[in-house]
Amino acid sequence: MKVSESWLRELVNPPVNTETLVEQVTMAGLEVDAVEPAAGEFSNVVVAQVESISQHPNADKLKVCQVNVGDSEPLQIVCGASNVREGLKIPAALIGAVLPGDFKIKKSKLRGELSMGMLCSEKELGLADDADGLMELAKDAPVGADVKEYLQLDDSIIELDLTPNRADCLSVEGIAREVSVLNKTDWTPVSVSPSSIMHDESLSVDIHEPEACPAYLGRLVKDVNATSSTPVWMQEKLRRCGLRSLGPLIDVTNYVLLELGQPLHAFDAAKLTGSIVVRKSQPQEKLALLNDQTIELDGEALVIADEKQALALAGVMGGSDSAVSDDTTSIFLECAYFNPVLIAGKARSFGLHTDSSHRFERGVDFTLQRRAIERATQLITEICGGQVGPITEHIDESALPERTAVILRKPRIASMLGAEIADQQIEQILSGLGMQIEHVNDGWKVTPPGYRFDIAIEADLLEEIARIYGYNNLPNKSLLMRSALGQAPETLVPLDRAKDLLVDKGYQETISYSFVAEELQKTIAPDDRFIALKNPISSDLAVMRTTLWCGLITSALYNINRQQPRVRIFESGLRFIQVQGETKQEPMLSGLVTGNVLEEQWAEKSRKVDFFDVKADLEALFYMSAQPINFVAEIHPALHPGQTARLYDKQAKAIGWLGMLHPSLEQQLGFDNQVFLFELELQAILESRAAKFQPLSKFPFVKRDLAVLVKEDITVDQIINSVHECGEKTIQSVRIFDIYRGQGVEPGYKSVALSLTLQDPSQTLEDSVIDAIFSHVLQSLKSDINATLRE
Amino acid sequence: MSTDIDNILSEALNQLADTKNLTELDQVRVNFLGKKGTFTLQMKQLGALDPGQRRETGQIINQAKNTFQQALNQHKDALQQAELDQRLAKESIDVTLPGRGQQIYGLHPVTLTLRRISKIFSSVGFTVEEGPEIEDDYHNFEALNIPAHHPARAMHDTFYFDAHTVLRTHTSPVQIRAMENNEPPLKVIAPGRVYRCDSDLTHTPMFHQVEGFLVDSEVSFADLKGVVYEFLRAFFEKDIQVRFRPSYFPFTEPSAEVDIECVICDGEGCRVCSHTGWLEVMGCGMIHPEVFKSVNIDSDQYNGYAFGMGVERLAMLKYGINDLRMFFENDLKFLEQFN
Repeated sequence: MKVSESWLRELVNPPVNTETLVEQVTMAGLEVDAVEPAAGEFSNVVVAQVESISQHPNADKLKVCQVNVGDSEPLQIVCGASNVREGLKIPAALIGAVLPGDFKIKKSKLRGELSMGMLCSEKELGLADDADGLMELAKDAPVGADVKEYLQLDDSIIELDLTPNRADCLSVEGIAREVSVLNKTDWTPVSVSPSSIMHDESLSVDIHEPEACPAYLGRLVKDVNATSSTPVWMQEKLRRCGLRSLGPLIDVTNYVLLELGQPLHAFDAAKLTGSIVVRKSQPQEKLALLNDQTIELDGEALVIADEKQALALAGVMGGSDSAVSDDTTSIFLECAYFNPVLIAGKARSFGLHTDSSHRFERGVDFTLQRRAIERATQLITEICGGQVGPITEHIDESALPERTAVILRKPRIASMLGAEIADQQIEQILSGLGMQIEHVNDGWKVTPPGYRFDIAIEADLLEEIARIYGYNNLPNKSLLMRSALGQAPETLVPLDRAKDLLVDKGYQETISYSFVAEELQKTIAPDDRFIALKNPISSDLAVMRTTLWCGLITSALYNINRQQPRVRIFESGLRFIQVQGETKQEPMLSGLVTGNVLEEQWAEKSRKVDFFDVKADLEALFYMSAQPINFVAEIHPALHPGQTARLYDKQAKAIGWLGMLHPSLEQQLGFDNQVFLFELELQAILESRAAKFQPLSKFPFVKRDLAVLVKEDITVDQIINSVHECGEKTIQSVRIFDIYRGQGVEPGYKSVALSLTLQDPSQTLEDSVIDAIFSHVLQSLKSDINATLRE
Repeated sequence: MSTDIDNILSEALNQLADTKNLTELDQVRVNFLGKKGTFTLQMKQLGALDPGQRRETGQIINQAKNTFQQALNQHKDALQQAELDQRLAKESIDVTLPGRGQQIYGLHPVTLTLRRISKIFSSVGFTVEEGPEIEDDYHNFEALNIPAHHPARAMHDTFYFDAHTVLRTHTSPVQIRAMENNEPPLKVIAPGRVYRCDSDLTHTPMFHQVEGFLVDSEVSFADLKGVVYEFLRAFFEKDIQVRFRPSYFPFTEPSAEVDIECVICDGEGCRVCSHTGWLEVMGCGMIHPEVFKSVNIDSDQYNGYAFGMGVERLAMLKYGINDLRMFFENDLKFLEQFN
C-alpha cells in the first residue's frame, strides 16, 4: 500500500524525519519497499489559465494560446495537447523553469511562433508515469500561485509491502496507530460526526447470508451533484496513494477506504429495482462488472442484488448497470462487513483482485461500518451536496467475529523470547496496540481490538511484544544445544562421494529443471508414463521428467552450440514416473559423454569416447560401493541396439542403463557426434557392504593364460561365469587380455584370451594340480558354451 | 728392470688415457691388471729373481700398479660421470608440458553452496533429511497452518497436478514429515529443489532451499537469533552485520526476515541492495503452535525454531553471480569457474 507521508502526519506527527520513520515501521514489520517524492524536482511552475486559443498558422496539431500567469499581460505559449481549451487552468512552466530530468524551459519559436513557456502534463511534472493531456487544475485554483505550494508537493510517498496478517495497516489510520505505538506518542483519529437526517426514505435490505455478511449498512443520499469536482487536496491524496480521480462519488468511497480501511460502494439509486438482497448467486447468473468484464457466477459467490439482478460481486467489485455517472442524482451508499473466510479466494476465482477484496479477505474492522458510512456521507455532502437519509443497519451479532481474551503467561515471555521484559513495558506495548488488558494470576488476560484478525493465541501476543520491543533488542544466545553423537554407517556411500568420484573422472555436475518439454520427453523415453503440470509456465517446461537424460541432452546441446564439442556431464536428482497409476519419485544419477575421450593434448592421440570409456567410469562407481553389477545387452528405444546394456544388481533387479544414443536420435536432436548416456538408480550405488577381513595366502600365486574359440554370440561374461562356476576354488581372478578375429579363426567365431590367477591358501600349486584345474576349466567351457581350446 | 716397469706404466697410462668409455676402460684394466695382464705377469716373474732383488723389484711393480690403479679409478669416475651427464642431458624434458590424461571437473555451485551449509550445521549435530518434490496439499500447506484460501497461498505461485497434488513450494513440508516420524529433540536441515510458477529476471520456476529446524524443551527466539547470526558469519566468512525484521509466515510466530549488511558494497548502498545497504537472505521464526498441533507435539512441553534460505541467492552473494538464470543453463564456461 502507498501512503502519503504528509497525510499520515496529519494523524500522528512524531519528531522524526522521513528516514527514521521508514526505518521504524520497517523494523516493526511493515516493510517499506520504496520512498519516492510526491513530485519530480521542478521550479518556476505556476497556476495559469488559458485565455484564448488560435490555430498555429504552420502546424495542424499546434495551438497558439494566450495564457494568464498572474502578470498584467498574458503570455503567448504554443501547445499541442488535445485537451487545451479556453478557460482551462493548468500548470505553466515559465521561462527559466527547470522540469524533472533537468529540462530547462527557454524562450523559443515553434514553427515560427513565439512560445514563452510550456503548459504541463502530470507526467512532465513527475506526478504520474504517463499522461494523455495537460494536467487540469481545479476551477478555483489561484492563477499565478506556485504549483508546488498550491498542490503541497513537498511530500514523500511511502510504499509498504504488508504481510497478509496485517490488514489493520491497510489504511492511513492503521499506520498512524502503529507509528504512535512505536514513538510512544498520541495519534488523532479522523473526527467523524453524524450527518443530519434530511429525509426518511430508505431501501429495504434483506440479508440471506448473514454468515457471509454479518453487517450491512446502507443509506440513500438524494439530490447530489455528481458533476462537482473533487477538491484538489483529495485528488492529490488519492494520487499519492496510487488511485486516480474518477469523479467525486467514487473518489470519496476510495478516500474513506484509504483513510479508515473500510471499502464502500455507491450505487446509482435510480438504477435499482426494489429492495437490496445479499444472497448467493444463482448458477449461470451473469454480472457485468465496472471493469467491463462480464462474469458468469457459480451459485457460490456472494452478490449484492436488487429484485431484478445481481448488482455487485460482494466485497470485490460493483456492476456497471448500477454504477454512478455524471447523471447520477441519488445514491445508495453501502458499507458492509464480509466474513474473510467465506469471501476468501472468490475474487481470485474470477481473476480479480481489487483494493476492496484485498481488505475484506484479510479482515476489515467489524466495528467500523457506522463510522465509515458517516465519514463518507460527510465528505459527499461537502463536495456534492445532497439530502441525507437514515442509515438502514443489519447486524447479526452472532455472525460477527468474536474477540476472545487470550491468556498471556508471564514466564512464557522470557522462555520464548529469551529476554526479561518489565511488566510495565509489556502493558504499555499491548495497550498501545489497542488491546484490552486485565491482570490475572502470573499474567494477563488480553482482548484484541476489532481491527486485529491475527491475535488468537498466546504466540500472537508474544510476537507483538517482540515486534514492538524490537527484534534487534532481544539477545542473541550463543549456541548451546543438546547433541547426540553422529552416526557413520559403513554400508552407505554418501552421495557426495559418488559425485566426487565422477568429478575426479572428468565429469562436470549440472542441474537442470525437473520439468521438460513434452516432445523431448516422448522422444527420449517413448515408453515411460509421465505426469503433466496443470499450470506449466511454458510448453518447454510442461511435464515431469521420467529420465534425467532430457536435461542432460539439452545442456549438452547448449554447450555444443557454443563451441564446446567435448561434454562430460552428470546430474543427480529425482525422476518422476507413473507406475500402475502411482507417481514414483526416484533419485537417479545420470550422465552424458560426447566428443573426444580426452581434452586435446600433446601426449595422447585424440580419440572419440566409446562405450567402454564410460563403462569404466560406472565400474569405478560400483567398485566404490563394492556391488557386483551385471551389464546385459538389451534394447532401449533411445539407444543404439548394438551398444546398449541394462544394468542388474546381484538380486537381478534392473538398476539402470548405459548406451550410445541411437544414431537416428543423434541426428534428430542435432548432435553431430556419438553421445553416450547412463542412468542409474542412486540406491544401487549408495548401498555398500562393510568390509570383512580374509587371511592372506602365504603361498605364491600362479598366472596362466589360455585362448578359447567361441561363437561370436557368446559374451565374455558367459566365458568368465563358466570359469567361475566350474567350482575351482583356487581360481582367484579371470582377466580378458585379447579378443582376436581373422586369420586362423573361422568366420563367425572369435578367439578370447584369458589370464587366470590361481592361488591356494595352504600349499604351493604343483604343475600337475594346475593342469588338472585347467582341464576341468576347459571341460566346463566346452559343456557350457561349446568353447574349444585354441591351439 | 725398473726401466721396464716404468715403460709398462707409461704404456698403461697412455692406453688408459685413450679409453673413451667404460668398456674400453675395462679392457685396459684386464690388459694390465687381469689374470694375464702385464702387471700380473711381471709379478709372476718375481719368483725367478734372487731374494734380494725380488723384494726391491716387487716394491717397484707394486708402486707402478698402485699408480695405475689410482689413475684407472680416477678415469673410471670421470667416464662414469660423463656417461651419466650424457644420459641426463639426453633424458631432460620440458617440464612445462602439461600432464597426460583426464582432467578433473567440478560440482555445480548450488551443490558447493549446499555442501557448505550442510557442513556448518552438521558440525553442531543437525542431520540432513530429504522429502518428496511432488507433495500433497496437506504437507505443503495445511499442516503448515496455510489452510485453503489463506492469503499466504497467493504468495506461493504453486504448480499443480490436481487439486491435492503440487510441486512443493518450499522445503518446509520436510519439517512436517520429520516431526511426524521422529520424537523430539530434533535438529534437522532439509535441502532440496522447490518450485514456484514464476519466471523473470530474478525468478526461476525451480530453485533450491535449505530448511532448518530445531525442536527441544527451552528453545527461545534468542537461540534462533544466535544460530542464524553464527551461521551467516560462518557462511560469508566475514564479521557481517545481521538484523532481524518482523515478518509473517503462517508456520512460525514470531516470524522474522533476516537481512545482512550488503556484501557487495559493505552496507554503503549499491544496485544489488537497492541502495538500502541491506540484503534479505533468509526467513525464520519460532515454530507455530498450530504446526506442532498438526504433528502431535505438545507446544507447552516443546518449542522450536525454523529457518529457510534460498541457496541460489546465497551462492549469488557469495560468488558475485549477477544472473540467476545462469544456474540452470549449465554453460560449462560458467560452471567451470567454481572448480
